[in-house]
Amino acid sequence: MTSDTEPLVKIRGLRFFRGERAIFDGVDIDITRGSITAIMGPSGTGKTTLLKLISGQLRPQGGTIEVNGQNIHQLSRRALYRLRIRMGMLFQSGALLTDVSVFDNVAYPLQEHAHLPPSMIRKLVMLKLEAVGLRGARDLMPSALSGGMARRVALARAIALDPMMIMYDEPFTGQDPISLGVLVQLIRALNDASRLTSIIVSHDVQETTEIADYIYVISDGRVIDHGPPDAMMHSDAPWTGQFMRGLANGPVPFHYPAPGLEQDLLGA
Amino acid sequence: MLEQLARLGRVGISILAHIGRGNILLFHILGGIGDIVVRPRLLIQQLYSVGVLSMLIISVSGTFVGMVLALQGYYTLSQFGAEQSLGVVVAASLVRELGPVVAALLFAGRAGSALTAEIGLMKATEQLSGLEMMAVDPIRRILTPRFLAGVISMPLLAALFSALGIMGGYFVGVGLLGVDDGAFWSQMQSKIDLHEDIYNGVIKSFVFGWICSWIALFQGYDAVPTSEGVSRATTRTVVHSSLAVLGIDFILTALMFGG
Repeated sequence: MTSDTEPLVKIRGLRFFRGERAIFDGVDIDITRGSITAIMGPSGTGKTTLLKLISGQLRPQGGTIEVNGQNIHQLSRRALYRLRIRMGMLFQSGALLTDVSVFDNVAYPLQEHAHLPPSMIRKLVMLKLEAVGLRGARDLMPSALSGGMARRVALARAIALDPMMIMYDEPFTGQDPISLGVLVQLIRALNDASRLTSIIVSHDVQETTEIADYIYVISDGRVIDHGPPDAMMHSDAPWTGQFMRGLANGPVPFHYPAPGLEQDLLGA
Repeated sequence: MLEQLARLGRVGISILAHIGRGNILLFHILGGIGDIVVRPRLLIQQLYSVGVLSMLIISVSGTFVGMVLALQGYYTLSQFGAEQSLGVVVAASLVRELGPVVAALLFAGRAGSALTAEIGLMKATEQLSGLEMMAVDPIRRILTPRFLAGVISMPLLAALFSALGIMGGYFVGVGLLGVDDGAFWSQMQSKIDLHEDIYNGVIKSFVFGWICSWIALFQGYDAVPTSEGVSRATTRTVVHSSLAVLGIDFILTALMFGG
């Protein structure tokens, strides 16, 4: 058994390649139990890929990922599915089943795994929808929901089986200010009320620093900095400073590599 | 020269990898048949959307094909004074060949393309990943019932096609062209053999149902998850299914009736 002080997710020497391109090349990350850990980095650094690796949807070329003391890529399919019942994931798109109602979407994991009578499932679904403020929307179809509402329904579905951890893939992207505020509070409240462990993948600095307990910044396949949000915001490291404070000038160039402008405009 | 050889090799490897992925998917799909026994509702829903909803196009097409067969057949047969054999000609053409083949081509266009688009879009909108994260195997839960529905529906649709085709042929032959009613049916009854004609037709349509459903599901599951990727996959489903049906039909016909 694993002790409570052990990190819930332990990533060591993770290497993952897409074709020739290294997405991760020697990444070490610890996710502490009961905390909200943010993985940050510019678009295209493979943050979503990292979540897929943690949940065992992708297989790395090297390194290990342990979740709750189990090496996720050595588990049998059955054991992996058993573990996934205890892992929730909130996809960027919501990933709701489009041909069934909000109620049925949230009920789906319960019907699949919980073996409860329908009346009990109904009560649980109502409670989960109440937690995200959408009990009244239970009969709507996903196509009738706004982006923010869809994400909240997906969140209700992700917590339906009371998981030990939730992974949020870019939860703040494309949200209006009101749903953004609601979502930030919801993630924090869920984490604290149910003793969850949360992993947030995001590039929205302000919202993420507001609720994260610890931040990892990745770029070019490596963890380039990590620490509590305050320390990261005031970091002297040039890269971290540029990213956290959103500056145009710094080690990350604004321009994609190109030949000189004169050469392109005036010909060689 | 070496570069061209390397390119040829790459194409070959990619085709083999494609076939390999298709077969792995098929085994995975077949592995989920046990789940259907536990949840028959999944299969029934798909039988409706894959089979029942294809009935209209199959019925209308079957009727018209039968009518055309009777017209053409009558013209040829009348040159030898054998109009009374019209029933056999229409029925044999339909049951042996046109029923399974045309029904399969229509099935690929109507149901196959819909399956590919549905699975491809589910992939693009992360619904398949979402299921996986809920510890539900998307292949067993989504693909297996659709595959089985295709395999079960196809012979029934082909039978419907042939039956309505014969009715269409009867309407044109007996009703409009004046072929003798009794000769139309009695010659058909005596010449059409249960094993030789009907069973072989059923075997053909079963094989086509298997092939068309497999291609449609694989293309959807293997699609690049973008709108362009799904549109290409849908096109590939119709093209590959049609070619496969026609090619395999030749092989099956040679095996069944060639000797």
